[in-house]
Amino acid sequence: MNHLVVAPVLLPLLAAIGLLLMRPLPLGVRRALSAGAVAAQAALAVMLLAATRDGTIMTYALGDWPAPFGIILVADALAAWMVVITTVLALTAVLYASRGDDGSGRHFHVLFQLQLFGLNGAFLTGDLFNLFVFFEILLLASYGLLLHGGGPLRTRGGLHFVVLNLAGSTLFLFAVGTLYGVLGTLNMAHLARRMASVGPDDAGLVQAAGLLLFGVFALKAALLPVYLWLPRAYAHTSAPVAALFAIMTKVGAYSILRLDTLIFGAAGGASAHLLAPWLLPLALATAVVGMLGVAGGTLLRRQVAYLVVASVGFLLTAVGLGSVEGIAAGLYYLPHSTFAAAALFLLADSIASRRGALADHLVPGGAMSDPRLLGALFLVAAVLIAGLPPLSGFVGKFLILQAALGHPALPWVMAVLLGTSLLAVIALARSGSVLFYRAELVAAPPGEDQGRGAMGRLGRELAPAVALLLLCGALVAWAGAAHEHTHGMALQLMNPELYMEAVLGPASRSGP
Amino acid sequence: MELLVALIIGVLTACGVYLVLRRRSFPVVLGLTMLSYGVNLFLFAMGRLTIGRPAVIQADAAGYADPLPQALVLTAIVISFAMTAFVIVLALKARSELDTDHVDGRGES
Repeated sequence: MNHLVVAPVLLPLLAAIGLLLMRPLPLGVRRALSAGAVAAQAALAVMLLAATRDGTIMTYALGDWPAPFGIILVADALAAWMVVITTVLALTAVLYASRGDDGSGRHFHVLFQLQLFGLNGAFLTGDLFNLFVFFEILLLASYGLLLHGGGPLRTRGGLHFVVLNLAGSTLFLFAVGTLYGVLGTLNMAHLARRMASVGPDDAGLVQAAGLLLFGVFALKAALLPVYLWLPRAYAHTSAPVAALFAIMTKVGAYSILRLDTLIFGAAGGASAHLLAPWLLPLALATAVVGMLGVAGGTLLRRQVAYLVVASVGFLLTAVGLGSVEGIAAGLYYLPHSTFAAAALFLLADSIASRRGALADHLVPGGAMSDPRLLGALFLVAAVLIAGLPPLSGFVGKFLILQAALGHPALPWVMAVLLGTSLLAVIALARSGSVLFYRAELVAAPPGEDQGRGAMGRLGRELAPAVALLLLCGALVAWAGAAHEHTHGMALQLMNPELYMEAVLGPASRSGP
Repeated sequence: MELLVALIIGVLTACGVYLVLRRRSFPVVLGLTMLSYGVNLFLFAMGRLTIGRPAVIQADAAGYADPLPQALVLTAIVISFAMTAFVIVLALKARSELDTDHVDGRGES
């Protein structure tokens, strides 16, 4: 049994407890500890990625209880990929927060580590009820982070977020209960194996539970009818939290992908491909509505929040194609969209902090300091997320379109993907010109801004966003290797027997 | 017994859904509580309704009650309890910051 699998889950929990006890220490020490813990998690995640690269599926039985009886952690290529994306994103977010956002309330770093505990756990767990528990952990931490710093706007957005997610948790439990009542297990591999032998009498119940689960995950992923909580909550929270939350919707997308390929995959018996008729239309509609939100946005941060909605639409469009190529394209698009959205959240905060009372309202205002640098970074981020060549957004969307060739819904996918990209270009070009070109050309006040200290401060402020953009650049530079890796991941996902064998052993004994 | 338990779960859930859709935050919190009661009973019933059966091994037992849903319910109760506490505090905070207990933060109307 390899302890590497449990390490990314344990480390943030221990770090959170440690940070809670170190409250009397100065903030600088706690910042360093928190950032160190996140960096260590990122290192562990990369080790996990390297260990699962060749298609190995590592399992870890907690308390050494054998598979269907105890709770099990499973690290396959997808889980490792998600943990890497999460921890790398978290590293930039914690560095940005250490500039001062973490001082506006108590326990920022504790909540941050607990959030990572929930996220890493949700990706690595192989048990449906355990997934529920990790969801609750990451949600409870996210409630705290969302409201961090206070203010009426945050409270109002936060109340919707909390109430909707609590209702979602209830639905999750109903679905879990129904699945347990029919199938008698909650281990995901075991569920998948038993799906094949569900009789026609019980198929309806299982399908109802499956669709309930889909509804819950769609709520977390902010899919079409249930995305309304996201823009307000994300637009008004603090920048590092919004950047970290770029991965939160992807947890829902990840769970949908797991559900779709493992439990209701090709081997699902009477309920095989249960989600297929729902996933693609809803994903396409989400992309359209999200981009309309971007086009109609009057606040930069709300525009970015809608970009997150639209990116989930693209991601699930790729998954909804139901082919190896589609899933591979989606998994390539996932880190790109996460990093680009997070970078835009950070840049939007930098821009808003330079415009005084106007903040991020999209109206022409006075000149801001450092317009060239910020403008250039905004341009790069906008090109990335709108999917213009030559950056990773283009490669991601190209792969999705390529995977859609031959799919019956090709005209729809093509129309939505290309039309929304055009909308994104128009909307972001308008925002950029309002923010940077139509600003009054007043020379920035000379004097105290020019010192070396100011340069250092500027560097510390923009370094996380630049790092995120560079990561997207790396996704282009090594696009071949990255796509090969996601292709291997998709092959592994489309063959759920591999997952079941890794967890439960060979299927030869005719069902326990 | 099945009918009674099913009715209780159904009524609790229906009341919960109705209350969650109200526009004041207090009924919404009550509704979430009722929903969590409903779902806890539902989880419990998913281990099948049995009476007088031991959950742990006994030499002379004719059959066993399923212990897993009991463990699940225990976890779910703890989580929903914590969540309810949190949402009450949040609703109070919203009441004092927005000067209204409307869930959208709108004024009296």
